[in-house]
Amino acid sequence: MKIGVVTFPGTLDDRDAARAVRLAGGEAVSLWHADTNLHKVDAVVLPGGFSYGDYLRCGAIAAQAPVMESIIKAANGGLPVLGICNGFQVLVESHLLPGGLIRNEHQHFICRDQKLIVESNTTAWTNEFELNQEITIPLKNGEGGYIATDETLKRLEGEGLITFRYKEVNPNGSMNDIAGLRNERGNVVGLMPHPEHAVEPGFGPDTTVAMRSGVDGLKFFTSVINSLVNA
Amino acid sequence: MPKIIVEVMPKEVLLDPAGKSVMNALHRKGHSASKKSDITAVRIGKRIELHFDREITDKDLADAREIGESFLSNGVIEDVVKISSEN
Repeated sequence: MKIGVVTFPGTLDDRDAARAVRLAGGEAVSLWHADTNLHKVDAVVLPGGFSYGDYLRCGAIAAQAPVMESIIKAANGGLPVLGICNGFQVLVESHLLPGGLIRNEHQHFICRDQKLIVESNTTAWTNEFELNQEITIPLKNGEGGYIATDETLKRLEGEGLITFRYKEVNPNGSMNDIAGLRNERGNVVGLMPHPEHAVEPGFGPDTTVAMRSGVDGLKFFTSVINSLVNA
Repeated sequence: MPKIIVEVMPKEVLLDPAGKSVMNALHRKGHSASKKSDITAVRIGKRIELHFDREITDKDLADAREIGESFLSNGVIEDVVKISSEN
């Protein structure tokens, strides 16, 4: 299974995302922002970072990059795409997911192990989770406050498109505690927390079992491989 | 130089943290206007200039509005408040 990981100028977590793909049993393929060729990948990860220095708006310039032309077209045709943090912002700016992300309500950059509830397990990226499963995924962002119009929020709630919700703490003022979304088809998922930072014992969030033993993020990547195998 | 000026502001209903920080600093500094609480809010937006080496047409202004609303601003969080030109 070939999973592309896109690098934009200012991307930070492409290496971590590629490593997560490999740990899940996939083959990571580097995709370059200026290249429209997706190299026949079976899925794409838009990793975190600060593409184009967050100029204009987070993710806005990356959404106009040549590689995104191909990704938007492929995503509309069913290619699984996961946007993590800045990648989520790129998906929103590309109109693959609705709404917008603004500066955290308390105005501080936040970095914490965040509890989430998986509210949809019928997507390409979440099919190995239980419905309403509680997972812990590292969160690190300055502009993670999710907002949308009342009409959009009603649609997201009504159609079950909210995929992850913050549990216990809403860390950034996101409306309806939204941490991540899916599209109707379930091939496109975006979230602010970083699953690629919770894939290997010794380097993940703390759990009750042992320090840094959390690997809840690995299931995002095994899920997509699973969905591709069964496709 | 002929140019089109696109002005973008965060939506009124949204908190503008940058503007709020500037207002707090103004108040700390004891600026005369702010002392009397005449300045009740500061909001910060963006001014984006599109430069041309020819005269600007009505079509350019229409294009600038399209660019302003589709790329230079995000309608969920911002409004294009003004588009003007200088020849």
